[in-house]
Amino acid sequence: MKNLNTIGKSKKKIDALSLATGSAKFVDDFEIKDPLFVSFLYSPYAHAEIVDIDDENAKKIDGVVDILHYKNVKNQKLHTTAGQGYPEPSPYDTVMFDSKMRYVGDRVATVIAETKQIADNAVKKITVKYNVLKPVFDSEEALEKGAPRLHGDERFVPIPVKYNSENNLAAEVDFAFGDVEKAEKESDFIIEKKYSTHYASHAAIEPHSTISYFDEMGRLVIIASTQVPFHVRRIVSKVLDYPLSKIRVIKPRIGGGFGGKQEVFLEPISAFITIKHKRAVKIILSREEVFQSSRTRHPMKVKLKTAVKNSGEITALSLHALLNTGAYGSHALTIVSNAGSKVLPFFNKVKNISFLGQSAYTNLPVGGAYRGYGATQGYFALNQQVDIITRKLNLDILEYIKKHHIKTGETSEVFKALGEGSEGVAQTIHSCEMDKCIDLGAKEIDWYNKRDKQISLSEDKVRGVGIGFSMQGSGIPLIDMGAASMKMNDDGSFNLFVGATDIGTGSDTILAQIAGEVLGINLDKIIVLSSDTDLTPFDVGAYASSTTYVSGTAVKNCATKIKNQLLKVASNMLDSDEKNLVIGNNKITDETTNKSVTLGEIGEYTLYTKDQFQVQANASYVPQLSPPPFIAQFAEVEVDKRTGEIEIIKFVSAVDCGVALNPKLAEGQIEGATVNGICYALTEEYKFSKSGKMTNKTFNDYKIWTANDMPEMKTIIVESDEETGPFGAKSVGEIGINGPLPAIANAIYDAVGVRLYHAPFTAEKLYKELNKK
Amino acid sequence: MKGTFIINGQSKTMDFNSDERLVISLRNNGYTEVKNGCLEGECGACMILLDDMPVHSCQIFTASVQNKNITTIKGIGDLHLPHIIQESFVEAGAVQCGFCSPGFIIATYALLKKNPNPTENEIKQAIDGNLCRCTGYVKIIDAIKNASKLIQKERVHS
Repeated sequence: MKNLNTIGKSKKKIDALSLATGSAKFVDDFEIKDPLFVSFLYSPYAHAEIVDIDDENAKKIDGVVDILHYKNVKNQKLHTTAGQGYPEPSPYDTVMFDSKMRYVGDRVATVIAETKQIADNAVKKITVKYNVLKPVFDSEEALEKGAPRLHGDERFVPIPVKYNSENNLAAEVDFAFGDVEKAEKESDFIIEKKYSTHYASHAAIEPHSTISYFDEMGRLVIIASTQVPFHVRRIVSKVLDYPLSKIRVIKPRIGGGFGGKQEVFLEPISAFITIKHKRAVKIILSREEVFQSSRTRHPMKVKLKTAVKNSGEITALSLHALLNTGAYGSHALTIVSNAGSKVLPFFNKVKNISFLGQSAYTNLPVGGAYRGYGATQGYFALNQQVDIITRKLNLDILEYIKKHHIKTGETSEVFKALGEGSEGVAQTIHSCEMDKCIDLGAKEIDWYNKRDKQISLSEDKVRGVGIGFSMQGSGIPLIDMGAASMKMNDDGSFNLFVGATDIGTGSDTILAQIAGEVLGINLDKIIVLSSDTDLTPFDVGAYASSTTYVSGTAVKNCATKIKNQLLKVASNMLDSDEKNLVIGNNKITDETTNKSVTLGEIGEYTLYTKDQFQVQANASYVPQLSPPPFIAQFAEVEVDKRTGEIEIIKFVSAVDCGVALNPKLAEGQIEGATVNGICYALTEEYKFSKSGKMTNKTFNDYKIWTANDMPEMKTIIVESDEETGPFGAKSVGEIGINGPLPAIANAIYDAVGVRLYHAPFTAEKLYKELNKK
Repeated sequence: MKGTFIINGQSKTMDFNSDERLVISLRNNGYTEVKNGCLEGECGACMILLDDMPVHSCQIFTASVQNKNITTIKGIGDLHLPHIIQESFVEAGAVQCGFCSPGFIIATYALLKKNPNPTENEIKQAIDGNLCRCTGYVKIIDAIKNASKLIQKERVHS
């Protein structure tokens, strides 16, 4: 790689010190004068029709300002809470206040009061008469004839995709190529297995939070803990039929998202109250509310059938993914699509493929976007299936993956056949260092000295190793859009305005590094503002692993325009030919004369001296491709054969994310995603009562790991050069969460010969399987 | 109720309800550097020092700690004069979303004061009351190791 100034260096995150000293502001830290507070009443039933609501006693309480529910909020608009491109590929099946309850935790009413305490007390005084209906919790049962129906005929999809509320079908997508049946007949053997994954919480430490108020000009301001400020503005405008021009959405620091804050379900209510009462409103969810009534990772059942030749070649593959979308269909289509579109291209030489993705409504909590987005669920199945096939044929699984995976210069028919719920975009792979990822990762975990060795360091305990491979994407081609604008100041510093939404990932820093590289300046000369719908240009937001690749290219293009303006000015100031000028070290130098002007001198010149103008530019970028990053992840586990307890001894991730623009931040993405994935595999799980109520709605009962649970972790960045990305970069935000689930399952098998098809892998589950043997 | 507290070395009078948790009182009185992540004593975002003890301020009734010494993250170091631990967190890449960072840094401060040269296991145990969902803890542990080194170096020099 060329010698670069800021790219490829682990620059400090530009907001880190303000966060480490507690001065950075999250939504709840904004001082709002005299706000109203709310408390929600949630349905205690998984499925019920509200017959009547009596709020008279609650209204009488001193300090209660209003109570909202379906009886008094009229003309509600059907919408989706999914903050996606418009029109959204998710069904319009939601209103702010409905008369029908579809899960325990569905919103019945909202009390608005002068204090939080008053609102909480008043909620208890509301009496609701329910007509309790039969619920359905299982995704397969939900699609059966005669199953309880969740949604009425008026629900619809805004884009032409398959949807049938009568059968609880929230989404369906399929494609096929080749001749699967014929290939199956001609194969040497067929492996058909069923896998399932479970409900999980994003568990961002900052709960979902929203503030709304009218500013001094009478415009509606929303400060939101969101990954998608521009989608918030649009959805609030449409749901409330309120002019978009009168809404300003500000994204301050965000305390983690992971997909959970790609949902717009609080902002419309907050805005509604502000508009109705002309008062500021503050809504901060409790941890229990975040668990129960925000969004979750969709559980998925995957049926995977592979026809195999004795050589190991997979000649046909059929994958049926069934998503449990819960009570509402947020992301129901696109996540189930991704179980195919991000997974099936990996083995691109399979000539016969059929894919069916379905999403079923059930009376359980609502699914939504979650890091990995369907790929996590799909790769769980594919990785174990490959482990099964290679063990059956006595093949080296690492060599097998290296032989069959998609490579640079190759394509997959799947790219074109399947995108975000409909046809996708054809693409050729420009960069892939998967082989190197496998080799380096295997070396680090000491694969060949451990695989199939059942090493036992103490009685009753035995160790095993397993691999999980995957690829993701970098944004959504032809749909995502990022934009940036820049202006120059007197001293040669620049304001960089981006709609791209830093939610803790460090994207402000990455984008500043990109601009800094183009302009030959350090990060202290770049002042980043993200994101404010009044001040920054549009961006779809922080999702789909898009920010570095999509928004980063917009920033690069914008900075390049700035550079061209600077060169023109410098050529006048230095009386030089532009082609002799180079930019770097805060100045522009004529290489033939060695004369130079500093960027500060150019700043002053353009603003005060001659032919004055504002050096400024903007650029937008819509990706044509979605180059996948690749990862090989390795788990070493130790199983206690007496108890079924599983300990992770070591976990290794080797990732090809193109050029790591900031290696430390890239590692941080992988490490965070990996640990999330490990807890998902072992300890994180929604537990439900028989009536569909989540029973572990606290961090005490829903176990996410602490530092004390950590195994030895190693992250290896394997660089490639993605020529279509900004300075060679691909994405890195999601991919790390895909491997832990299958790598651990495969390692458990390696240790004790038990295959766990259904996550999570609890001691109890493994104990039972061990004792079956 | 009204009560007096010593917050970051300064005497401060706060109004609070009799059953109010300390995190709420502190936040209501402008100490928003104390974060509220779960209100159930699990996440550690609200961690403060009570005298020298790191505690979850959501598990403490405000009324019970009148006249006591309370230290928030700003009492350890601020933007203009950051503490070595805060700088180590920044340097190591241990701050992603940063919502949990004040709590982790408080826990680290208490650890290193008692034990300036902790082992990796001692570090892990000291931050066992803090949850981070972004970093996977790797860089937080790096930061604490590094802070420990720097603090010891400083002691040798001074």
